[in-house]
Order: sequence, then C-alpha cells, then structure tokens
Amino acid sequence: MPEKYHIKTTPVPPRLPRIGKHGIVDWREDCARCHNCVKKACVYDRHRQEAAYIRNLKYSDFLFFECMGCFSCVQNCTKDLLCLTINSEYKKLGNHYWTPEIIHITWQQAETAAVPVSGAGYRGKFSGHGFDSMWTDMSEIVRPTRDGIHGREYISTSVDIGKKPSYLTFDSDQNISGLPAVIDIPMPMIVDMNPAEFTLPQLESYIIEAVKLTDLIAIVDSAKWPAALNDSQMKNIEAYLPHIAFHLNPDAPEIPFDVLRKTRLVEIPDHDDVLSRIAELKEKYPGLIISVRVALDSKGVDRTVELSRLGAEVIHTVADFNGNEIGVDSPGFIKDRIREIHTTLIKEGIRDEVTIIASGGFALPEHMAKGLLCGADVISIYLPLLIALECRLCNTCRPGLICPARLEDISFEYGVGRMRNLIAAWHLQLIELMGAMGMREARRLRGDVGRAMFFEELEEEIFGTLFGSRKRA
Amino acid sequence: MERFSVQEKELREILPEKTLKTRLPQVQINRETKPALPRYRNEIAKYIIYRSDDCIRCGKCAELCPYHVHVLKPGYKYFAMPKSYLCTGEACQKTDHYCITQCPQKALRIIKNPMIEALGDYRWPADMLLATWRMAETGEPPLSEYEYNYQAGESGGGFDRIRFKFPETPPVELQDDEIDTSILLNHRDDGRPQIQIDVPWYGGGMSFGSVSNVTQLSKVRAATAFNTFSCSGEGGYMERMRPYDDHMITQVATGLFGVREETIQRVRIVEFKYAQGAKPGLGGHLLGDKNTPAVAKIREAVVGISLFSPFPFHSVYSIEDHMKHLDWIKHVNRRALLSTKVSTPTDVDMVAVGSYSAGTHIIHLDGGYGGTGAAPDIAKKNIAMPIEYAIAKVHKFLVDEGAREKVVLIASGGIRTAHDIAKAIALGADGVVVGTAEMIALGCVRCSRCSAGRGCPRGIATTDPGLVTQIDIEWGTQRLINLYSAWRKDLIEILKRFGLRSVRELVGRSDLLMHLDFTNDILNELTGK
Repeated sequence: MPEKYHIKTTPVPPRLPRIGKHGIVDWREDCARCHNCVKKACVYDRHRQEAAYIRNLKYSDFLFFECMGCFSCVQNCTKDLLCLTINSEYKKLGNHYWTPEIIHITWQQAETAAVPVSGAGYRGKFSGHGFDSMWTDMSEIVRPTRDGIHGREYISTSVDIGKKPSYLTFDSDQNISGLPAVIDIPMPMIVDMNPAEFTLPQLESYIIEAVKLTDLIAIVDSAKWPAALNDSQMKNIEAYLPHIAFHLNPDAPEIPFDVLRKTRLVEIPDHDDVLSRIAELKEKYPGLIISVRVALDSKGVDRTVELSRLGAEVIHTVADFNGNEIGVDSPGFIKDRIREIHTTLIKEGIRDEVTIIASGGFALPEHMAKGLLCGADVISIYLPLLIALECRLCNTCRPGLICPARLEDISFEYGVGRMRNLIAAWHLQLIELMGAMGMREARRLRGDVGRAMFFEELEEEIFGTLFGSRKRA
Repeated sequence: MERFSVQEKELREILPEKTLKTRLPQVQINRETKPALPRYRNEIAKYIIYRSDDCIRCGKCAELCPYHVHVLKPGYKYFAMPKSYLCTGEACQKTDHYCITQCPQKALRIIKNPMIEALGDYRWPADMLLATWRMAETGEPPLSEYEYNYQAGESGGGFDRIRFKFPETPPVELQDDEIDTSILLNHRDDGRPQIQIDVPWYGGGMSFGSVSNVTQLSKVRAATAFNTFSCSGEGGYMERMRPYDDHMITQVATGLFGVREETIQRVRIVEFKYAQGAKPGLGGHLLGDKNTPAVAKIREAVVGISLFSPFPFHSVYSIEDHMKHLDWIKHVNRRALLSTKVSTPTDVDMVAVGSYSAGTHIIHLDGGYGGTGAAPDIAKKNIAMPIEYAIAKVHKFLVDEGAREKVVLIASGGIRTAHDIAKAIALGADGVVVGTAEMIALGCVRCSRCSAGRGCPRGIATTDPGLVTQIDIEWGTQRLINLYSAWRKDLIEILKRFGLRSVRELVGRSDLLMHLDFTNDILNELTGK
C-alpha cells in the first residue's frame, strides 16, 4: 500500500491572549466577601487564571477572555454581582463575511491541527449567503452508488492540475503519446499570492515552508523573487521550487530560466494576447503547466469559458475576498459562478480539458468541499493562513500602522507551524465530509451536485408543493 | 401488582429464562406537576430589579406583585434579593401593580438584563431558553405577560418561518379532556404488540457517557410518568435503569459498546441507529475524558480512551442487509417493535421506503441540525438536510407508495417546543423525538462544553463525579415531567384551536400551516386561478 498522505503536526499555542467570545463583568462594589466565592468553583479555573494573567500582565492592551460561557459563576454568586457578556473585542473580529466565529475556529485549528469538536447541536442560521446555502449529502443505507467506506485510510484527497485528455493517442510503436503533464497534489487546495491589502514582510518564506511541509503549492508574485525565500531555504532551493508557482508579473524582472524550469506550475495574468504568451512559455518550458489568472468580474464566467475553448489548461478564477464577483452591483457568489462555468464546460464537452482553480471566499474547510461539489477542481486560499497567525482582519497592515496581532514579530517556527496545522485540520475535515458522503476520491467530488443540496432547490422542491411560490430569494 | 403478574405471564412465554430472571418489577412514576425551582441562586432573567437602601421595608411591593418577585420572609428584617426572573418587566408597566412606580420611596429600579445578549443562539434564542426553564419549573406554558417569544426561534428558516393558520374561531368547541394526544407505534398487522404512548414524543438517545446517570434516570422516569419512552443512546446502560425497562428503548448502534442480547431482550422497542443528525455519516463520538471507570465498565471499553463508533454498519450495504439486521432483533426479542434511525440524505425518501419494506415499525428521521454530546463542528452545520424538508419529503413519498399507513414516522433534529412538535406532525410525522429541550429543562445553557474535559459544567452532560452531584434525580425527573406537562397543554391548545380531537388527525395536515416566505396560495397555483 502506498504511503498515505499525512501531515505531521504539533500544537502551536497562540502568542497573544485569546480573544474568547465571552467575558465576565465583575461588579465588585457590593461584594459580600462571603469567602465562598463561586469563582473558586469555576469548572475551568478561569477566574484564577485571569488573576494570574493580570498579575503577570504582558500585554496591557489585552484583557483575559477565556470564559467558557457556562454561566455557573454568574448564577451562583451570593450577591448576584457577576454578569456574562459578549466580549466586545470578539465582536470586532473580522467582518460580515469573515465572521468572529470563522476567525475563532481558524485560530483553534491553527493551534491544535485538530478537527474542532463540540457538544450541543448546531447554533446558527437555518441557511445563509454563499456556501451557507448548501449542504453536503451523506451516505445512507440504500445509496446505490456509494463507495463502501470502511475507514478513512481509504479516502484519497489527491487531485490533478492540468489537462486530462478525453482520449488516448498512440505513436507508430503503439505507445501512448502526447500525454500532457499533470500535477498531482495531495489535497484540492493551493495557496494564493499575498494580496496587496495584506502586505506583511517575510510571510512568503513562511508560506513556502508550510506548503513544502504539506506537499502543496503556493503562488508567489515574481516581483518578490528571490526575497520570498530566506537564506536557509535558498541553500536548499531545489526542494522548494516544486512547491512554488510563480505569478509572472509583467512589471517584474523575469524569473531565471534555471529557476522557472524547476517549478511545476506557473501563473500568468489574463490579457488579450494570453494565448501567445502561453505558447511562448510552453515552447521554452515544455513540462510546465500554465495557469491563467482571470478576475471573476462581470465577464469572468464568459472569459473562463472562452479560454477553456481556446485550449487553456488551467484557469484560476479569482473572486474578491468574500467570494463575490468583482466590480458588479449585485454580485454573484463564487459557488454559483463556478457551477455556471462547470455546467457550460460539461455541455461543450471540454470539462476535463481544463482545470478550474477557484479563489475568493473560501474561509472554512467545508467551503473547499462545497466549492468542489459546485465544479472547481482545486480551490485557492490566502486569508485563512493569515488568520492562522492570529490576524483579525482589521485591515490595518500598512506601513505606519500598528498591527494588533503583532505579525511583524512572529517567528518562523510559529508561522510555519500554525499554517501547517491549519492545512492539516482542513485536510482532516475534508476527509470527514467525504467519509460522510461515502466518497473515496476527491477527484470525484468535482461538480457532483448529486452529493449536495441547495437551499433554493429544497425550498422549491419540498415547500413549494405545500406553500406555493417563494416570495424572496 | 395484578397487572404486573399478567405481564409476567405473557413475558414468560416470550423472554428467555435468563432475561426473565434479571427482570425487575417495573416502577410507576406519578405524572403530577409540582414546582421544581431553579437550582441556581440567580436564575437568569430578562429584567433585573434593584432595591436601594432607601427601602423602608413597607412591604407594598410584595403586596402588589402577583408574580412574587419581592419576598420578605417572616421573621426576617430585610427583603430577600428580588426574584428578577419572575418579573414581567415592560408588560407590567401598564398595570397598577408596577412596583417601580408604586414604591413610595422610589427604592426600586428595573433594567433590561445586559446578559441576555450572551444567552442563547439563533436556534435557541434567549426567550426560548427562558420559557423552557419556566415550563420545567411550573409545568405550565409561560404566562403571556412574560412576552416570551418562544414559539419559534430566530434561525430564519424551517420551523422558524412556519406558522399555524388558526381559524378565527374553532370549527368545533372542545374541552381539554376531549382531546387525545396519544399515538400508536405499531401500524403493521404483524402480530407484534401494539404500543400506545400518551404524548406524541419520546426522549432521544443519550448514552451513559455523553450524559450522566442522573440525567439518564431523570429522562426515563419522566418518560415512565407520561407512558412514553426514553432511549439508551449508544452502548449499554446501568442496572439502575432496569425498573424502567418498559419505557426504555435499547439503541443498537455501530459500536455496540456493551449492548448484548440481554440488553435487547429487556425492552419493548429496539432502535437501530444508522446515523445521527448532528453528525450524519459519522459514527458516535465519546471523547476520552468522559470515559470514566464507571462508563468504561458499562460500555465494555478501556478507561480514558475515546470511543468513536464506526460508520456505517459494515454489515449493512443494502436494504436486504438491513432486513437481516431487523430479523436478527425480531428473533432475539419477539415482543419488541423495531425503530430505524437514519439521518436525512438527499434520497431520504428512498431510505424510508426501503426501511419500511425491510420490516421496521418506526422510521426515525434525525435531521441535520440535531443535538449531540460531541460532534465535529463541520458535521453539525453542513451535512444532510434539515428535518423540516425530510418530514414532508418522506411523508409524501410514503403516501405515494401506499406505505404511509403501515409505518410510524418519527422526526427529530431541532424539535424544541410543542409548536415544533405540532408543525412536524402537520408536515407529516406521527410523532417526534426530543433531546436538547430536555437538557435545557435540566438547566443547560447551550454553552457547547459537553464534549470534552470534565464535560458539562452544569452537571447534565458529564460523567465527572464532582459535577454529576449538581442534579438530584427527583428534581431532574420533576423538571422533565413539568416540561412534558406544559408541552402537552400547549399541544392541546393548538389542537383545540383547529377543532381536532386527536393529534393523529393532525398528521400531514400541511394545509393548516403557512410559510412566511411563500405565497401560501398553493390551491390557486394548482388550479391555475
């Protein structure tokens, strides 16, 4: 049996005090000094920890917020002096899309590399925007197409990047010929390049180390070469290049031939003469797979389909950070646009001839599975890795502004460890979902909407027959 | 005693000698509602009343307040702390007994409790928690003065957007005692016993380990009082449960964990758990910290080791395999009805009809938003459809297949109130299974800490010897009896307003429902008007 894909992890504790959801407000004025303080009875010993934290205060701008929200001390206090509230710092995390819950759970995964497990049922909205408006299916007794999962060790999360021919060709010696190069990556995820809004020094080298450890690929702006690798990495450059996909920035100096030819994937921005550029690169680097980065704007879907028709082997469709179409008044969401692209390519009979990488709005591991079910081959992320470093998405990472997460101070080990842990946790959770679906191959998730349920469709199919037409979208 | 002798005679013909020998006399529990006061000193309240030092202890507030917020115990010089949770707050302002304005010294002050924001969530908002606690305390639906918006949650979909289309006046005037809330659990004419339960719900499976022995006992005792059932959850269960065997369901799940033939023979219903709504497609999770020596002994496991059940049953890959499973149980326990618990995949209708054809008596659908003692967060939210869809889908399919009258359809996974129960039945279920609501009645605040470490800090879903003692069995039983009682009253009120004499008449009456996001003119749409 071939060696299974497994990411070795160790816990990487946070550098900063945790920003928990709950805070205890202590109204001490009327304390009865009953000597039987409920704080002593805290099941999690949080009050004592808080006192110790305050005694040895390291960061004066961080309070202690590790209350677990059980209300026990609040309800047992002799004088009813305690009050539990939602921590205002917690509420400030992220934004409307990258919610505090997402940030919090990402931190948890980056620390432990484990699948977050909790008690009690689901607490959230029935349905929601974007990926929250769909559910993945599960395998139950009568599923005729089930794979027969006997254990997670049989689940493969590998996918291919590149063109998959719809038929084989043979040369005069009856040997298979003309097979295009394909990259096999162990999970359907790559790391996108550092967006301008979140510019942080040294981060590239951390990301490259993390993708090397996890056997993935990171897109790196060619303008940042060779600074993207630190000295130690540079000494062992051969080991890192297969995990780097340069985004060939037209304004940056060319990547040296000997460097580029040792990479497996390269990305070029879309432009009118992109086909000539692909041909030029193919001639110079025959084994290199070339991805075209297409902005998912009002023409993004059509352009992706058009490039597929014209023979592009990989298209990286990029929505905004929140998964929305760029520059559109009523933007569509990436999952819907990917579905549109996928079904169009299916109808045209060219779906396997192009790899679609979807980017934007992939905030949680379930988004990865859902993105694939909607038709992407691979997804690309960046912000979750940044959040793994205790970033809060306050959007103040510009020169002259102080980063509240002190990202400029992080160590290499910490940064790499947290990102590696997050990727490992996502991988485990993808396996959870695939196991539940009865799927053994991540490749087979692509476009399998039969393994997904969509809110709008369920409402129409089931409630529509009972209650008429739906009034709101 | 005479009834018991008759039962024994019948059982002697059915049960193996070994099982009969270990069978204990079954205990009866009184259904009477009695106050079961909150077990915490400071019950969480919507409003907080403050009494200042200006109070001259004239007693006017205590005299005025019909809700007993103010208590001056005989012989005491000072008032006890106001029982703020009994205060109706804003609703009281319009009355002549509003203590804040009536206090001659203006010594009383009221504020909205800022803590309410931290209580509850979209599925169980604060009002629903508070109302459930009140029901568990009193046995009555909460008074309208409390203005608890507890009949629907704030999730923005499913039950929370469905309402009843009550007629202005009931078509038939009915008294409470004319309304029947019982349901039958055997719709097959297969020679197996008929079981009638007095309310259209029973308690969900919660294993020893996921919850404490006190919680399990409280549940089954309340079920006994209401002539309904509670379920063991995965794995074996305590000897102390034997006096309630007639109201226990033995669950056979993929891990077994101490379930033996004797465990199956003890009871009148056996449930096959194929999947669970909180983690569809995954096996049971009991994290190692909660696997204490007592749990490990009952569940035949090693102390401290996490118990992850496999998924699925590796002996079941088809309906034919499923039928073999059912036949096995039918052979082992010839008096038992069989329930098949499945989750809600996209082809849940096919699963249901397949299960029916395999010979199950009860199809139990556990929807994607169900409760759990521990589940991966990713599974809670993302896998399988919510129960609201599954009920309607399965009911319709079984009707179309001509099988609906032959099988009992039970729904769970997000049933929180009597209103949810009625909605589920109107969508097509015969009855429901409840779980989280019972935990709420025992004082759960949904902090989600039941999974690991010492478990539930409130002593409900824990096996920590120190925490378990927080709940007394009598108190726990009474809280659940009170909740059941209040629910039954709520349910009767709903049936009365529709002029329905039995909850069985409500099954599949989706015409009595409306959805706030739909046009609700399906008849016009069908007829093209």
